[in-house]
Amino acid sequence: MMFVLSEGLRSAFAAIRAHGFRSFLTALGIIIGVAAVIAVVSIVQGLSHTINAQFQGLGSNAITVRSYTPLQQQLRGRMAQLSESDLRAIRHRVDGISHVTPILFDPAGQRGQVSFGAKTHFTQVFGIGPSYMEVTQAFPQQGRFFARSDEERRRLVCLIGPEAAKNLELPGSGLGEFIRIGSDWCRIVGVMEERGEIFGFSQDDYVLLPYSTMQRLIGNTRPYDLQVQLKVDDLERMEEVEARIRRTLRQEHELKAGVPDDFRVQTSAQLTESFNSIINTITAVAAGIVGISLLVGGIGIMNIMLVSVTERTREIGILKALGARRSDILLQFLIEAVLLCVLGGLIGVALGYGAGALLALVLPGFPPAHVPLWAIVLSVGFSAAVGIVFGILPAAKAAQLDPIDALRYE
Amino acid sequence: MAALPNDAVQPVIALRELRREYRMGEQLVRALDGVDIAIGRNEYVAVVGASGSGKSTLMNIIGCLDKPSAGTYTLNGREVARMNDNELATVRNREIGFIFQSFNLLPRANALQNVMQPLVYRRLPLSKRRQLATEALQRVGLGERMDHLPNQLSGGQRQRVAVARALVGHPAILLADEPTGNLDSATTKEVMALFDQLHGEGQTIIIVTHEPDIAAHCHRTIRLSDGRVSSDVRQEPRR
Repeated sequence: MMFVLSEGLRSAFAAIRAHGFRSFLTALGIIIGVAAVIAVVSIVQGLSHTINAQFQGLGSNAITVRSYTPLQQQLRGRMAQLSESDLRAIRHRVDGISHVTPILFDPAGQRGQVSFGAKTHFTQVFGIGPSYMEVTQAFPQQGRFFARSDEERRRLVCLIGPEAAKNLELPGSGLGEFIRIGSDWCRIVGVMEERGEIFGFSQDDYVLLPYSTMQRLIGNTRPYDLQVQLKVDDLERMEEVEARIRRTLRQEHELKAGVPDDFRVQTSAQLTESFNSIINTITAVAAGIVGISLLVGGIGIMNIMLVSVTERTREIGILKALGARRSDILLQFLIEAVLLCVLGGLIGVALGYGAGALLALVLPGFPPAHVPLWAIVLSVGFSAAVGIVFGILPAAKAAQLDPIDALRYE
Repeated sequence: MAALPNDAVQPVIALRELRREYRMGEQLVRALDGVDIAIGRNEYVAVVGASGSGKSTLMNIIGCLDKPSAGTYTLNGREVARMNDNELATVRNREIGFIFQSFNLLPRANALQNVMQPLVYRRLPLSKRRQLATEALQRVGLGERMDHLPNQLSGGQRQRVAVARALVGHPAILLADEPTGNLDSATTKEVMALFDQLHGEGQTIIIVTHEPDIAAHCHRTIRLSDGRVSSDVRQEPRR
């Protein structure tokens, strides 16, 4: 068997080399198909790689609790909310958590108008508690975090994300400048570390206020809805803590058995999971679409192999006269088709990786391309399968030729 | 036929009551209509006849490219008329060396590769194939041109490569179909001299031809007409 394979490979290489340009054109369908798959996969996987790394930075032991109102309830105007007493309840009644911070958005909308001089910018503005740094692992690059007194005295101070600072065209780092949030002027006491982009969306475009200051800006006229972020001490106890939070909040909200939660407890593992499922869907759809182009490439291979069999009819007759069996001829042409496809696949992998790397390099803020081994193995394997499927018919045609007719063929 | 239990006279080829019929549309064509021929070891035989006499069909059957409709064909003591395709391929590979009018060399392979090709089907390793092919090419006087492609060789040289390819597996019979049909008179002499030499070395040779000059080299001439043997004479070869 090894002998047949190595001999088949030898003659297949010779045949492919003899028609170099035609072989290249024949394999072009496969090359383009595989290159497209690999390019898409490399970019998507690159994204997922970086984002997973960012999630890990966020801390896999982080939990976010937010209110949740089903659409039906929303239409009736009943909005669920998390209140300060909920926050207190979580703080005091749930074991195994060390850091808890409220996140307070203006109920009118998460984005607020911020201006500096003549420059106006809409960005996320929210109030945070003192544990925010520990929970989110986000620290000021310059300046300082909020002090206890800022919180107690509801001082008009803020921390700014580097992207928001850039958008406001603050002089220098912006430290010490006053920006206007709504109708109040706040002094910038710190500029946060840069976190980069996900899907081209900056993670650094925000303004942070002390929790009490945010309350002051919102005013007391409207009820507000909190988000609670917290950090679990021990990753092993994640589920336990999650369940405990649910029980506590259900009690707080006086939910009867059978009534669905009016809040959601999200772990970063869940976030990663749902993100990965999106990535996988994108990959699958891309692979599916491009799989069709591989099929088209395969039909191209079959076409040329059929032409090649006709062209080499006399040669097949000679080989049969010299003692080639049907299986020898069948394998020779099949190996040629498979080799053509596999070579095309390998070229495609190289081109696709190049294209992905180039795209990632050229597009601003895109993470570096990443081609997982399974994608390479799968594409080359699929190419080989295409070669077998579309090579078998021409090869069978060659093998079935009658030696006398083939020798007589002009 | 006298069935003598003697190795020396046991024929290499024994055809008995051999028939081959084709159906061409409505018509039944009897290409061979009861042929009895026995050819012994180291015979040098010419098969002649007008076109349509059945000599191509006979040569295809002797060469195991075709199967008779009826009758028996014993090659080297084995009945080949009822063999399947794979067995026939093996017989072609081991027992028969083909030489064609139009050389039929593989165009993309050089002389050495052409001569090595039949040995691929014997599953011989490359080094062994190269050794045997080199010997065969030296035997036909082409030891210097082994790496030439067919289109870099003259007609006579190409036919000598074809002879080397036919010989390389040490076949029982050398089966040549109009081997000089595409050659000029000088190279014809060259190739026929090679056949004479091989016969002298003990090779069994069958040449299908319509040229009396070629047939005259042989020791025996079998004439076919209308699918039957019309004459079978032994003769003193002309050199």
